[in-house]
Amino acid sequence: MTAMLPSVAGTAFKPAHFSALQAETTKPGFIEVHAENYMGDGGLPHAQLTALRAEHALSLHGVGLSIGSESRDLDRDHLQRLRKLCDRYQPDSFSEHLAWSSHGGVFLNDLLPLPYTDATLLRVIDHVAQTQDMLGRRILLENPATYLQFAASTIPETEFLGEIAARTGCGLLLDVTNVQVACTNRDEDPAAYLTRFPLQHVGEIHLAGHHAAKDRHGMPLLIDDHGSSVSARVWQLYESVIARIGPRPTLVEWDTDVPDWSVLVAEATRAQAILNRGAGKAEAA
Amino acid sequence: MLAKKHLTAAMLAGSLATALTLIASQAPAQDMAKEKCYGVAMAGKNDCAAGPGTTCAGTSKVDYQGNAFKLVAKGTCTTMKTPKGMGSLEPMKS
Amino acid sequence: MQAAFTAALLDAGHAPPPGLHAADTTERFAVYRNNVVSGLIRALASGFPAVEAIVGAEFFSALAACFVRAAPPTSPVLLDYGAALPDFIAGFAPAAELPYLPDVARLELAYTRAFHAADAVPLATDTLRRLPPERVASLRLQLHPSLQILRARHPVATIWAMNTGRAPLNEIADWSAQDVLVLRPQLAVDVIPLAPGEATFLETLQAGGTLGEAASTALDAAAAFGLGPALAALFIRGAVIAVETSEQDEE
Repeated sequence: MTAMLPSVAGTAFKPAHFSALQAETTKPGFIEVHAENYMGDGGLPHAQLTALRAEHALSLHGVGLSIGSESRDLDRDHLQRLRKLCDRYQPDSFSEHLAWSSHGGVFLNDLLPLPYTDATLLRVIDHVAQTQDMLGRRILLENPATYLQFAASTIPETEFLGEIAARTGCGLLLDVTNVQVACTNRDEDPAAYLTRFPLQHVGEIHLAGHHAAKDRHGMPLLIDDHGSSVSARVWQLYESVIARIGPRPTLVEWDTDVPDWSVLVAEATRAQAILNRGAGKAEAA
Repeated sequence: MLAKKHLTAAMLAGSLATALTLIASQAPAQDMAKEKCYGVAMAGKNDCAAGPGTTCAGTSKVDYQGNAFKLVAKGTCTTMKTPKGMGSLEPMKS
Repeated sequence: MQAAFTAALLDAGHAPPPGLHAADTTERFAVYRNNVVSGLIRALASGFPAVEAIVGAEFFSALAACFVRAAPPTSPVLLDYGAALPDFIAGFAPAAELPYLPDVARLELAYTRAFHAADAVPLATDTLRRLPPERVASLRLQLHPSLQILRARHPVATIWAMNTGRAPLNEIADWSAQDVLVLRPQLAVDVIPLAPGEATFLETLQAGGTLGEAASTALDAAAAFGLGPALAALFIRGAVIAVETSEQDEE
């Protein structure tokens, strides 16, 4: 049995918050870091993560594996780097995205969308299997924030994710903000999307702020910038999910204009209150 | 070359004495272990957030080789006093 | 699909790839273009804060956008993305009025590399006391893996310190070339201007030369080179991680 994150609220860790976090008397339920930021040989990042790992449950979140890539094989060097990191820090969870970010030797540093077809489903299933084989552990796969769709897509995203989980044994990371962003951007009801989502596979939940703009036709265009507090609508959607499946490890992310540590703590405290209310009233935990 | 090498070897032995004196006169080094993990942190460069999706960073067609690049550096280079011709955009009065 | 998508992401003159489905594919595709380019600009800005301070945020963004399109990352690890930025700046016509800018970028690249270099424990200063004086010339010193030497044509350590908040922004009286040592003995990176001959001394040691050879080349490079102070500084700065006695005799 692989280690698991506790079903409590956690906080994304940024180096600037190290002293504040060390001084904290009540620890966050777990911390999460981006794997690629810890792929240097040594120095402060590893010293900090080693110190934190000794006291906190840890989630490693990959942002560069390109699991949704068209190429047959994933980047072996990168898989090796992830393996080394997992071996060193023994995280309670490793997660990645249903997206691609590299093509033809170029790393684009963004989580790019893919069409959902029978062919891409097989490809992603194979890539998830390659990852789980290399890491020797079950991974979680996150639903993406998207800004457009593909004419070629024939499988709804929720079904696509459910098939991957069923056929690889991986879990899912449900990013509720991404649901709100992607659904709004394609004029779909996020609540309806969540009704179809294969919630039984959810091993972690992400919450973050997003930017609300309008496109040149006056239609809402949401951008997943992780640069503000979680919106009221996303809190609502989150609470409805927890009411249905019970508490799950929940992370508050903040990557752009990162505020003081206390602001992140307040967001995590709010998530924890929802988790507390959801305990015991799960339909299918 | 041989003479030089011997000279260097002799100098080295003497220099070692000088170095020892210099080290002895140093204030006791602060306990560097205390530095712990509080050094000057650099922010990680990989993240999974979208950038400001409505800016024009990706869509502007800036070509610095043509005439399109009209920007002038406006940071500290305009206040940092450097000798004339050495890159101050407000050269010192000489 | 991904080839066409990639090509259109990096070239704003390129039409969005075919097969997209959205109310306005051009506008929606532009979101990805902006994410890619602005995300990489942010990554560069965090690695080159002094360059950004010198030219200002607006100029830096435009410069970085040009660089991103010319040399996008080839690895998903962005820790030292921008290794080619100093040379790019040197050939970047709009920055030609700031001839010291490539040197500042080189220093910042060395700083980032030192920050992420492998850990090693420096030898204590009293190691020096235990060295056998008669064999000093044949010793080889193993230097810290983070150690880098920069030979700049400008007072780059001074400019860098002024533009990263480490020193007040002030007039630079001595505008001469500067050799700089970048070293991370523990967790903090040190940026230290070197005395005449010291750069040669360190380079020779780093290349595996003996102390005798290093002293000799340093004296050839600069008659003012002071071996005693240089030797003391090596240990005081935490630059030495091992001392190896040479197999072959000097004689």
